Amino acid sequence: MNPKSKSVGIVKTQSATFDQELKLESGQKLGPITLAYETYGVLNQSKTNAILVCHAFSGDAHAAGFHEGAKDPGWWDALIGPGKALDTEKYFIICINCIGGCKGSTGPSSINPKTGKPYALNFPLITIADMVDSQKLLIDYLGIKKLLCVIGGSMGGMQALHWVTAYPDAVQSAIPIATALKHSPQQIAFDEVGRQAIMADPYWNNGDYYDKKHPEKGLAVARMIGHITYMSDVSMEEKFSRRLKGDDYSFKFTADFEVEGYLRHRGDTFVKRFDANSYLYITKAMDYFDLSGGKFLSSKRHVDVRFLVIAFKSDWLYPAYQSQDIIRQLKIQGLDATYCEINSTYGHDSFLLEIDEESRLIKHFLDKTFRGYDIRT
Amino acid sequence: MTDTTKHLDYAIIEKIVEPGSRVLDLGCGSGELMYLLAKGKNAKVQGIELDEQAIYQCVEKGMSVFHGDIDSGLPEYPDKSFDYVILNQSLQEAKKAEFVLDNALRVGKYVIVGFPNFAHFYSRGMLLFRGKSPITESLPYRWYNTPNLHFLSISDFKDFCQRKDITVEAAYYLGENKQVYFWPNLLALNALFVITK
Repeated sequence: MNPKSKSVGIVKTQSATFDQELKLESGQKLGPITLAYETYGVLNQSKTNAILVCHAFSGDAHAAGFHEGAKDPGWWDALIGPGKALDTEKYFIICINCIGGCKGSTGPSSINPKTGKPYALNFPLITIADMVDSQKLLIDYLGIKKLLCVIGGSMGGMQALHWVTAYPDAVQSAIPIATALKHSPQQIAFDEVGRQAIMADPYWNNGDYYDKKHPEKGLAVARMIGHITYMSDVSMEEKFSRRLKGDDYSFKFTADFEVEGYLRHRGDTFVKRFDANSYLYITKAMDYFDLSGGKFLSSKRHVDVRFLVIAFKSDWLYPAYQSQDIIRQLKIQGLDATYCEINSTYGHDSFLLEIDEESRLIKHFLDKTFRGYDIRT
Repeated sequence: MTDTTKHLDYAIIEKIVEPGSRVLDLGCGSGELMYLLAKGKNAKVQGIELDEQAIYQCVEKGMSVFHGDIDSGLPEYPDKSFDYVILNQSLQEAKKAEFVLDNALRVGKYVIVGFPNFAHFYSRGMLLFRGKSPITESLPYRWYNTPNLHFLSISDFKDFCQRKDITVEAAYYLGENKQVYFWPNLLALNALFVITK
């Protein structure tokens, strides 16, 4: 990494509330809507340097820098900061917690103004399109007419794809990473297993648990399954092999292997920061996502958006062929696009870990988008 | 900047391409030629390249490129979506050379094909007098490490065009550092054809 790269320092999550009701894809309405967001860097006078970072399934608005007193930085700190790929000395970076989430934006754990109690399962089903529509409210509120770029991995990539489809005039470029035009049956299947694990937990109580014990066991199991799908056979071999936690087999059903201990630990820490109902709502939103069959970039208007599509060789949850499907559509539309399949062993997690390669691509792609051809000096 | 005296082929291609054209460079490598055409001819260029490291170099130059092989890179493009499709020193490495050329001719108004001439007198000499696979400046590899799958001469390519009803708009024959005008099939190391259908 660039040795001059620094952190954006101490940051705070902000929040904006929109009183209007958002008409959802399901036909239902949601409102008022609160959005938690963070920004890094400075919006220029002409408001042409704004980049929207869309987080993945379990992410949040805290993408970079440190919260007061926190030990760990935001989830994409390696990519966002002064001198980094998303250079805060040049660009104004925005990251918004998605609706349906549990980190400050309106979701099932928020108070329903009509009842004074948490929405729980009265929260309407939402889609990726609804998430994007809510993000548009904040982008409008910030006075930004055209985003320099919408970037995101996994579910964040789906949002980037939907942004250019729904608001082609409001986006100059898009960087969908490790994502797909539609959720495959395999992806839906893994999500469903996670949901069933939560709903099988007696403490889930039909989603009504906010003033009681939470369905922690079910949520932890869901997260353990998730983590398996984010790694690869090779990365698990490298990270754990068959190493034992103790000296020998215990001949009990305790966690003998390091991989078991790791998954249990990941499950246990996840339940402290994530809401089980949000897990249900957001996975369902991903499962509904489908821009295949001509729905991607279906606008009759002339679309002039540049694309950088990135996939990872060892990602079996969002395999490279799904990114190539996106590329196929871009070729048909004759759009300016770059595609790279990075040779990484980390599986789907690569988009959070394969920083050097991603940075090389993103930094120069953004340079070209912002300043034109004249970047080779 | 690229040293154009070393890249006679680039200089010729840059002359051929009309300003503002849409160009697809199949097997674009690190994007040197695309950069020349974008800067010099204000061309809208898109590359396809198999090597991952070359992809990073293209992007660093501000060039747009798809990571993939040229055999499977063309079918999605609508007819005549480019003014020029360039296959410079890449056709001989394609698995399905005929399929790639057919598709290139469908996708591009013109196709610029550059390839090493297997019938250069030095190659002929190596085979005839030494009984060995030719190694020349344009065919620098040994039999066990060459990326080339097809070996063709200028005469072979002309025959191919005639048989397939492909029109040759122009042909350029290249020696070590200048063009060759006599007995190209014997004296040229490389050839550049502009073809259309």
